[in-house]
Amino acid sequence: MAGKPKLHYTKGRGKMESIRWLLAAAGVEFEEEFVETKEDLEMLRKDGALLFQQVPMVDIDGMKMVQTRAILSYIAGKHNLYGKDLRERALIDMYVEGTTDLMGMIMFLPFQPPEEKEKNFALIIERATTRYFPVYEKVLKDHGQQFLVGNQFSWADVHLLEAILMAEECKPDILSPFPQLQAFKGRISNIPTIKKFLQPGSQRKPPADDKFMAQEP
Amino acid sequence: MKEVSEPGTLCEIQIMAIKPKLHYFNGRGRMETIRWLLAAAGVEFEEAEYLETRKQYEKLIQDGSLLFQQVPMVEIDGMKMVQTRAILNYIAGKHNLYGKDLKERALIDMYVEATMDLNEMIMHHPLQPPEARAKHLASIIEKATTRYFPVYEKALKDHGQDFLVGNRFSRADVQLLETILIAEECKPDILSKFPVLQAFKARISNIPTIKKFLQPGSQKKPPLDPKLLPKVMSIFNISNE
Repeated sequence: MAGKPKLHYTKGRGKMESIRWLLAAAGVEFEEEFVETKEDLEMLRKDGALLFQQVPMVDIDGMKMVQTRAILSYIAGKHNLYGKDLRERALIDMYVEGTTDLMGMIMFLPFQPPEEKEKNFALIIERATTRYFPVYEKVLKDHGQQFLVGNQFSWADVHLLEAILMAEECKPDILSPFPQLQAFKGRISNIPTIKKFLQPGSQRKPPADDKFMAQEP
Repeated sequence: MKEVSEPGTLCEIQIMAIKPKLHYFNGRGRMETIRWLLAAAGVEFEEAEYLETRKQYEKLIQDGSLLFQQVPMVEIDGMKMVQTRAILNYIAGKHNLYGKDLKERALIDMYVEATMDLNEMIMHHPLQPPEARAKHLASIIEKATTRYFPVYEKALKDHGQDFLVGNRFSRADVQLLETILIAEECKPDILSKFPVLQAFKARISNIPTIKKFLQPGSQKKPPLDPKLLPKVMSIFNISNE
């Protein structure tokens, strides 16, 4: 049996966070080795550990996997979180790509020049509430099931919960027009593996330090 | 044929008879990789009326055809699929171009994600402000020749097989060929240090479905005429900032 997956990244969320979420949701214990300095990164590169010189890298099942989506797809496939057939996969892929786009916008915010931040923050809220959340709200309402796809817990549910929580960090009442999503959030957060990940002391990472995020303690 | 938007409302024979229909503007953009993959799989496809005005695009949105209000959108097998990667994954899976198991998929995914990163850089080149263009081009060439191509050169050299993964033709081969060709449009001799990739390029180009796609008159799109760029950007409200 292979050892635990080992994650190589900075101590922050970044592109690795969705991977942490998915492993945790699947009940997979994992270890982390943090890239804290430029030298750490250079060392990994020199060792030939990074196929395209980039992190995230996850050492899993004898592979040094890189490329966030490749890693996520592998974990989802391995742990039955990717639907039962090609069509369910297609739906899951569409939904996950949507939440990836939204989280990408939020993730990128701290790196924006100060004069762009306010505009981009407003765009995030607009996109979340008019482009993305209405879609998932409707999907859940239309089929009335607990999970987004195929009446079964999948990667899509994990990813959407992650996106919801991230969006709430931007605007705490962002789900107020979306009762289905509120219920969804409650439900998915209560899944034992996820509940555990949401508790203090888990390997979940805090948001990037950014004074701009309108957040009240 | 009746118009459908619900999966499962057509019987198998009808589904097989309907060609996938692509919704995009008349250019490469994010749809081109999808055209490549369909062509490589030998799947005939149609292009819907090209999006040439913002009004047409808004109509598609109002019709509820675009799940996240974006194109590419591909009508395929009774679904209105959006999100480039979701579409590519579906086509690859359906046409046996995605490896034989999870580990081959993983390798294919790593390879194609990287080609898509490089494609994305090249795609964004015309959007660079004039003063940044030369530097951006240099960066593309550097990444191609020091970060990406060496990996594929080594992979092919190490196993000595004709195809990147599992000794079998897959989407990884198609997407790498696509990327090689657009990189050569940036710098024609960009493969000069990569003999194995040169052989790969010739070999994959000769696969009948691909050979056909590379011929004049196919649905392969030319690089965007820079004069048309402002119009494309206005359709999708893309800013140059």
